Amino acid sequence: MIRLALFVPLALFIGLSALLLLGLDKDPTELPSALVGEKFPSFTLIALDEEQGMLSEKDLIGEVALVNVWATWCYACRIEHPMLNQLNEQGVKVIGLNYKDERESAKKWLDLRGDPYAFSIFDVRGSLGLDLGVYGAPETYLIDATGVIRHRRVGVVDERIWTNEFQDLYAQLKEESQ
Amino acid sequence: MKICLLLLSAALSGFVFATSELVEFSDPSYRARYQQLITELRCPKCQNQNLADSNSPISRDLRNEVQRLLEDGLSNQEIETYLTNRYSAFILYRPEVNKNTYLLWVSPLIILLVGGLVVARFSRQGVSATKSQEIAPDSDERLNDLLSDEEDG
Repeated sequence: MIRLALFVPLALFIGLSALLLLGLDKDPTELPSALVGEKFPSFTLIALDEEQGMLSEKDLIGEVALVNVWATWCYACRIEHPMLNQLNEQGVKVIGLNYKDERESAKKWLDLRGDPYAFSIFDVRGSLGLDLGVYGAPETYLIDATGVIRHRRVGVVDERIWTNEFQDLYAQLKEESQ
Repeated sequence: MKICLLLLSAALSGFVFATSELVEFSDPSYRARYQQLITELRCPKCQNQNLADSNSPISRDLRNEVQRLLEDGLSNQEIETYLTNRYSAFILYRPEVNKNTYLLWVSPLIILLVGGLVVARFSRQGVSATKSQEIAPDSDERLNDLLSDEEDG
């Protein structure tokens, strides 16, 4: 009995090591998502292109779509942009949320790099960003046809992340909505 | 030298708090609550800083938001819920006690208890170990013999 008790510290040590080892794989900069499974927050904001007028959460309903948070000051958005163009060409609806940006430079950016967005919401003060819990651009939300957020990705969406995290869910939601 | 450093750091610490000192409130009682909230709320971008210490844009936005919510008359609890609904419980440096966090809250107690048991057990073993090493009755005689042998020799 006492002999066995001597192994307790070793067992505890191994257990703790395993726990910490698993923790190494986790990315500490990735926050748990508070809004997955919730309705996209309501908002009333003007479009980046003023001619498109005012936009609200109702404009997001009806079709499975990606909502991409972007800004011209965001370096990683530059890297992500070709992927968004590509997704748009594949027929994925992409909606832009231009976050705390300047209108003129944002428009120039889209002229220069191509505009994958069905429309861009112009959130100059970051109020919608705050309601979404945005803490860094780029961020990408997958919303279903009823306007519920189904997945969130903080950081660049590239080929690998699209395949691993979005593709299947997107196809499934697309099927459900038909 | 040490005093110089101390004075320097005291002088510089003013700058650290300078951002929060510029905030104006309609009701002076908000200031203390504001200070408490931004000390206990965590910056979502910078991992290990609170809103008071961080100068990142997101922290600035959230400090403004806390100020706005205070002016709107929300309680501390309501402000925390408001931000948790958006940024998840990550943002709380003092997480609520619920099924996800109870282990976090009780683990210090458990560790203290286990540690206490271990200490109690070992200290009792220590006592019994010294008892068992009492000198056998005939060893006195042997010792005397040996000592007298040495004196003789």
